[in-house]
Amino acid sequence: MSDEENEIDMNPSNPTQVTGAVPAIDPQAERVKVFKRQDAVFHKLTLSFALIVLVVLAGILISLAIEAVPAFRQFGLGFLWSSVWNVPDDVYGAVIASYGTLTTSLIALVIAVPVSFGIALFLTETCPVWLKRPLGTAIELLAGVPSIIYGIWGLFIFAPLFAEHVQPYLQTVFGDVPMIGGWFSGPPIGIGILSAGIVLSLMVIPFVASVMRDVFETVPPVLKESAYGVGATTWEVVWNIVLPYTRVGVIGGIMLGLGRALGETMAVTFVIGNANKITGSLFSPGNSIASVLANEFGEADPGLHVSSLFALGLVLFVITFVVLAISRWLIARGTAKQGR
Amino acid sequence: MIKVSKWLATSLVAVSLAASANAALAADLTGAGATFPFAVYTKWAEAYKAKTGNTVNYQGIGSSGGIKQIKAKTVDFGGTDSPVKAEELGASGLIQIPTVMGGATLVVNLPGIKSGDIKLDGPTAADIFRGAVAKWNDAAIAKLNPGVKLPDTAITIVHRSDGSGTTDVVTSYLARQSEAFKTEVGAGKTVNWKGNEVGGKGNPGVAANVTKIVGAIGYVDLADAQKNGMTFIALKNKAGNFVLPSQQAIADAAGGADFSVKGMSPDLIDQSHKNAWPITTATYVLAYASGRDAEKQKSVVDFFGWSLNNGQKMAEELGFVALPGNVVKMVEAELKKIK
Repeated sequence: MSDEENEIDMNPSNPTQVTGAVPAIDPQAERVKVFKRQDAVFHKLTLSFALIVLVVLAGILISLAIEAVPAFRQFGLGFLWSSVWNVPDDVYGAVIASYGTLTTSLIALVIAVPVSFGIALFLTETCPVWLKRPLGTAIELLAGVPSIIYGIWGLFIFAPLFAEHVQPYLQTVFGDVPMIGGWFSGPPIGIGILSAGIVLSLMVIPFVASVMRDVFETVPPVLKESAYGVGATTWEVVWNIVLPYTRVGVIGGIMLGLGRALGETMAVTFVIGNANKITGSLFSPGNSIASVLANEFGEADPGLHVSSLFALGLVLFVITFVVLAISRWLIARGTAKQGR
Repeated sequence: MIKVSKWLATSLVAVSLAASANAALAADLTGAGATFPFAVYTKWAEAYKAKTGNTVNYQGIGSSGGIKQIKAKTVDFGGTDSPVKAEELGASGLIQIPTVMGGATLVVNLPGIKSGDIKLDGPTAADIFRGAVAKWNDAAIAKLNPGVKLPDTAITIVHRSDGSGTTDVVTSYLARQSEAFKTEVGAGKTVNWKGNEVGGKGNPGVAANVTKIVGAIGYVDLADAQKNGMTFIALKNKAGNFVLPSQQAIADAAGGADFSVKGMSPDLIDQSHKNAWPITTATYVLAYASGRDAEKQKSVVDFFGWSLNNGQKMAEELGFVALPGNVVKMVEAELKKIK
């Protein structure tokens, strides 16, 4: 292939060939035409593959919207800020489930981001070489564990331990603190919003940590070595050199984790407690959009119930979309700053 | 995204059911529906295949799914825990027969309390399940349990998080015991739980939560509760006796019911037999009376006819309750209508 290209490239600069015996049907020109045609076909083919993504996305959005119409017609936009989910009376609102989705995802990030940062920092800066590969592989393996495994583990192993040892401790420490004391009120039963957030954080850490590690490794050694050379500590190098250099990638990794946390279904369904209420306590059971859908779709009667579930799906779609948009914006801003 | 995968799953089930129904031999049967009788239908299918060589494939996709699929004619029979109303059966040309019975039990987790130690009547149980009675040492419970040392523990209500026929029968029973329960919580496959409540997915999920949470009360079907060795509450039945759930108590409840009504779905809740367990239910099979492939229709009749006569012992081993002898006769007569 490269030989042929070379010949073609040399063609115009080679007068003997141009003034050859049969310039009209130059075999080289014919081959160029074939290549061009192949390129065009290849371009169209890949374009159509890419377009399928757009078509599927639009299809999902449209089918969600169509199915959600009866719910929005009945409840109006009030569906979005109504905190009622009453199946027997056929009255529905999105707030309880959206609150669960956002709160659990937020808890997951609050825990996962610092831990992932620590993991990535250790792996790229201070880890002994012999430990690097096994640790890195272990993190990638964690990312591959199916979510149902996290769910079962969360319900049968984590929740009882959490209820017995951690929740009473949190209550004695924070119970009387104004403002945040209410977060830890209620009976310590091991399952609920906080447990779901913690299990989610474990599922998100491998994603965020491996992305952070990969971007930390892209920092040119000369930058870090210069910093070390002028006497900077490891922490100063990471904070002042590595992080600013990789800000875009780090944000991307966090958003990837957030995206996973928002849509996670099985593990959350197991540990969130599946109660349609908001109490303000992180110990109390709640519901996320994904868990409501997983629980109620199978036996939902046609009509408003099914339509409201579709509407919830649409809300989740929009939340995810907004999160992605914000991350794009942050990344774009980060890139612009770097350019300056 | 979840919605899409769920939708995809449903349509895949529909497609695969349709495909398997077409591809299979004429005598092979496909059914889908309620998950509650899944174990017993699968057991029957296994024994039936060993005996006759014909395959019966049942998929537990939920009662609503079973009704949807039989109406869409993608399956040869549908399974449902909530019986289809007689008028609707007539309108759609469906025949409905009961196959086995079961019951929902009330289970608790209180240290030092054994099965039958705690006795409740219907209205008190309803008050507990609507969150009005919040502690185990509440006067309403203490009055029914003189001499029992009741702890000062908060009550956690454990219920099904997924839509379920078990929820339907339990809430229907409680709603009859208490007007307040009916208006606040409601009765149906998914209801509006109040108070200190936690949902678990499926009977195993509820059983797991009750076992983990001290002070929990929940409802689990008899088979799962026995398997998990759970602590039962004795419930006051219509005759005024406190009874513990058992296969016998459920059979006694069914003994007094009149299965000759159209649709063969008499009200089994709170029967008047002196030993009857109040929260009793049956599960049903739906098939078209006519208009489908004759060979398959014959197979449906043959499979359930055989199972009712030979499979009741298998059902009991799995924790279900066999239909009374006179009801089996009635079902056989009903099966003859399937052509």
